[in-house]
Amino acid sequence: MSAAVLCAVARTKSVYRRELRSYFATPLAYVFLSVFVLLSGFLTFEMGSFFRREQADLMSFFTFHPWLYLVLMPPLAMRLWAEERQTGTIELLMTLPLTTLDAVLGKFLAAWSFTAIALLMSLPMWITVNYLGDPDNGIILAAYVGSWLMGGSFLALGCFLSALTKNQVIAFVLSLVVSLVFLLLGFAPVVNAMQSTFPQALADVLASMSFLTHFQAISRGVLDVRDVGFFLVFMLCWLLATVAVVDWKRAE
Amino acid sequence: MIEIKQLTKRFGHFTAVDNLSFTVRPGEVLGFLGPNGAGKSTTMRMLSGFLKPDTGSVTVFGQDVVRSPLEAKRLMGYLPEGAPSYGDMRVRSFLNFIAEARGVAPASRDACVDRVVERLQLQDVQQRPVETLSKGFQRRVGIAQALLHDPQVLVLDEPTDGLDPNQKFEVRQLIRELSSDKIVIISTHILEEVEAVCQRAIIINQGRLVADATPAELKASSDYYQAIELEVEQPMAVMDALKTLPGVRQIYISSDSDHQLIVVPEEGQHLWQPVQLALQEQGIEPKAMSISSGRLDDVFRRVTAAANEGVQG
Repeated sequence: MSAAVLCAVARTKSVYRRELRSYFATPLAYVFLSVFVLLSGFLTFEMGSFFRREQADLMSFFTFHPWLYLVLMPPLAMRLWAEERQTGTIELLMTLPLTTLDAVLGKFLAAWSFTAIALLMSLPMWITVNYLGDPDNGIILAAYVGSWLMGGSFLALGCFLSALTKNQVIAFVLSLVVSLVFLLLGFAPVVNAMQSTFPQALADVLASMSFLTHFQAISRGVLDVRDVGFFLVFMLCWLLATVAVVDWKRAE
Repeated sequence: MIEIKQLTKRFGHFTAVDNLSFTVRPGEVLGFLGPNGAGKSTTMRMLSGFLKPDTGSVTVFGQDVVRSPLEAKRLMGYLPEGAPSYGDMRVRSFLNFIAEARGVAPASRDACVDRVVERLQLQDVQQRPVETLSKGFQRRVGIAQALLHDPQVLVLDEPTDGLDPNQKFEVRQLIRELSSDKIVIISTHILEEVEAVCQRAIIINQGRLVADATPAELKASSDYYQAIELEVEQPMAVMDALKTLPGVRQIYISSDSDHQLIVVPEEGQHLWQPVQLALQEQGIEPKAMSISSGRLDDVFRRVTAAANEGVQG
């Protein structure tokens, strides 16, 4: 059994390495990382009033992450499968001795690692906060973990939608719209509206499906099993759905 | 050995491959022929494990492609139609990826890649992104990845499509070199290719097998088998002279050249001597005269046209 697992890991790793390297083979990686840093900087300092708040924390940095990811994760996810089908390389990939799960996981993990790289680009901000004051580093660490988990959830969703089409633009738009729904479900005005129209139980369930609700909980410094679990289960479900779609679409 | 049993694939109401069965043994180079849309690529895709057949099975050296896909795929090298590859990767790193994905041990990966790079003469383009290469080189990269793990079975979907005559020659040379102990299946619509490299040809039409024989046997079933090809100055005069010869079924001017006459014998008749004598009597000296061993394109047209009657598009 363990030998079989080791083989599966090796197969996934080969897809993962190719995918991650392909980001850096084109200007994509550098454009994406620059935009990520500039945009998150702008949101933190201008919109989030990092200095005027005069508090040694990264709250103004993390608050905007759900909206930052809404814009930046779909372009990262859209190519994962749509491009393979557009260029026909899916036929090459799926006739290598790999399972569909190996390929889906390898690709997803590469995109998720790339998100981690983008997130790590903000480390100077963490260092600055420690230089300027005396922040609670536990909270900041939790927020980093939460942000990464949320980024992965956006990606898993986008990965699934990318497998549905061979047109990257369609994949992008779909993933933008569906991601927005999963954000708005936890957005205060929408939550209030839902509570006045739907029964309480349904409104609660819908609100608990939102990235916002769980991310805000984690970024306050509480790594609750329910919040972390939500993101992990969310990713797993969409990845398994991706496996099903890749297999099903291939039969057509 | 590859065993294909009652393979069927439908797309909606359209039956792309219809109850196809055949067996290929090691050492055989099989040419897979058919008009466009006959189901060649669909069959290749089921062989390679990319598409799942609706019914029927493909077994590669005992491994069922659907039931044990990883084992079966390990035994095969596959060049998909159009030779797709990751365009932004460099040739060397692309081949390295294939080696890694195929489970070649890290220590022997370099040697493996070196071997195919040398074999397909890719030394000079190793460090170039695949998408910047010419079509011929891209095709060679595609063949290189299929050969990388030295597979028992090689499935090549239109390996010479879009290559110039020199490149075609090289690829055919390569296929011939490979074939001594391997199974090679190539799909093509180029008939000369089948004559050049294949020991066996299968023709399919509308997803059904319509012919399965050696190229020589197929040619022998051609109407042109044993036909006399004549090159003369005044074809009309010669035509009249030979028309009445016993054993001549048909005589006409070739579509290739205005000066070439083709004399088709009735079945079982040999016309070489009678034609020679008749020409001598008339005092006609032909510029060239030869016996046809049959024409593959003629057989191809005959077996694929019969079923096409009444079908639009």
